[in-house]
Parts: sequence; structure tokens; C-alpha cells
Amino acid sequence: MAQAADHPAYLQHHFTDAEQQRESSKLGMWLFLTTEILLFGGLFCAYAIYRAWFPEMFHEVHKALNVTMGAVNTVVLITSSVTVALAIRSIQVNKRGQSVAYLAATILLAGVFLVIKYFEYSHKFHEGTLPGNFYFYPDFTIGNPHIFFGIYFAMTGLHGLHVVIGMIVLTWLLIRTRRGDFSSEYYTPVEMGGLYWHLVDLIWIYLFPLLYLIG
Amino acid sequence: MSAHSDNQPHITPVSTYLGIGLALLFLTFVTVWVAQFDLGEFNLIVAMLVATLKGTLVALIFMHLYYDNKLYATIFVVSLGFLALFIVFTLFDTMRRGDIYPETGRQIKERSAIYDNLKPTQPAEGSESQH
Repeated sequence: MAQAADHPAYLQHHFTDAEQQRESSKLGMWLFLTTEILLFGGLFCAYAIYRAWFPEMFHEVHKALNVTMGAVNTVVLITSSVTVALAIRSIQVNKRGQSVAYLAATILLAGVFLVIKYFEYSHKFHEGTLPGNFYFYPDFTIGNPHIFFGIYFAMTGLHGLHVVIGMIVLTWLLIRTRRGDFSSEYYTPVEMGGLYWHLVDLIWIYLFPLLYLIG
Repeated sequence: MSAHSDNQPHITPVSTYLGIGLALLFLTFVTVWVAQFDLGEFNLIVAMLVATLKGTLVALIFMHLYYDNKLYATIFVVSLGFLALFIVFTLFDTMRRGDIYPETGRQIKERSAIYDNLKPTQPAEGSESQH
């Protein structure tokens, strides 16, 4: 093509230039992230209602959660946020191999998070610290412990689903980065995937103290 | 939009990312450590302040809100404002129900007493959502 120099392959025809395309993508991504915040917001609201109604129950029942596992998972997610930020930086400076390595590390850390979560969940399934009617753990004398676990499973479950989706997105980005689709000229999908992953971290930053560290 | 931003996207130094990562790990340690102490009302406040400090670092540096067009930061902060409105107004309702109509002001606790006794024969479906 004659105009290949001023119209690169990644630039879609309805954008004036690469910068406008990039800024538009980012605007769309941030709008999507606000919908995510409102999606989780419903659960945070439910949490606020029931914690305000049953403060003693929350205080007592949260002790069934394993703080060490929650804290380790926090460290894992923060580290994965660093690696995904470095993956974006690497592609910004055209170090494709490095970017692939950082993406792989992020996916690995996401896997570690899910494995720890699996151990926490299976322990609760075994003990019966479960939502609503499924609850059968005998050792809490305080009323309504099943409500805490309903909220716990809804919040961590939706968050865990986001971790799984994040892993799929990151894997897709890893494949495309390896294939050479991205460079310092064009890396918008990597940046958007990174934003999504940071949001997953951001939500966990609130979930951890709210569920595991009720003082 | 383009009037506000440079033509070149900001490239954050590796040292900044690592420094913020370490700060986040340190704050995680702080929030776990401080949870051992009973500060009464301040337990929740301290936990939320630390979490918000961590979240701010993630949003500003990792998510580039500090360097990017401020439109994105505005959208983000406005969404948090609406979330706060949503939660606070809901609590105005749920915390004050008994003030006006004592009959309907009952908490879920009274309707879901079956859970306390854990009778497997009782149908529990739906009984907790009614008010």
C-alpha cells in the first residue's frame, strides 16, 4: 500500500491517528471498569447492610477464615500486579521476550492465587461453613453465621471468576505478544488487559481486610 | 482529549514499579499487624484507610491515572462517588426501618431463626428474603 507509512496496519480507518485510537480504547476500558466497580458494589453494599445488622456475628464468624492464606494471596496478587505492569513497560520499550516472560509470570501467580483459594474453599465445603441452607458447621453459637458465608462466597466467588477471566485474557495477550503483534508503536490490548488485572488486584485489596481482618 | 496529553505515552521506570510494589507489600503487612489490636470503632476505619492508600497507589501508578489524561481519573472517582451514594442511601434505609414501621422493621434474624436450630426438614427457601 502506498500510504502504509502514515496509515499503519493497527490503525482502524475511523480514527484520525494512533493516539486518538489509543485514547478512545482507554476511555472505553475505563467505562467498562466503572461497570465492574458497580457490579462488585452491589456485593459491597450487601456486606455493609449485614455487617451493620450483625456486627458481633461478623466479628465472631470471620475467625473461621484463614488469615495466613488470605495474606499470602494478597502478596501473590500484588506481585502479579507488578509483573503485569512490567510486562506493559517491556513492550513499551520494545522488549518483546521480556514482556512475554512477565505475562507468563503474571498468569502463573494468578494460578497460585486460585490454588490457594481452592484449598480455602474445599476446607469450607468439608467443614460446612457454607451459605444459607448448605451450612452445617456446628461450633458457632452465635446466630446467622450462614449469612457471613453467603457474603464470603459471593464476593470471593465473583472475584475468583474475574481471576479466571483475567488468566484467559493474559494468555491471549501472551500468545499475541509472542507472535509479534505488539511493539512500542502499538500495544493497546496489553495495556487494557493490564488495567483489567489491576482492577482484580484493587478489589482484592478491599476484600482481604473486610473479610479476613474484622478487628 | 489529545490536547491534554503528550504525544508519547508515559514510560514508568522499573524502579518506580518495584518501589510501589514494595510499598504495597509493606502496607499489607501493616494491615495484618494492626488487626491484632482491638481499636474498637477504629478497627474498620484503619483497615479501610490502609486499603484506600493501597488502592490509590495501584490506581495512580500501576493503572497510570497519574500520568494519563485526567478524564480517566475523573470517570473512576465519579464511579466511586456513586458507589458511596448507593451504599450510604441503602444504609439509611436498612438501619432505620424500625423507626417508622416497627412491624416491618424486623431484621432478617427473626425470620431465619430456623437456621439457628438447623432443622433439616424446614423449608428455608425464600424465607430470608421476605420482609
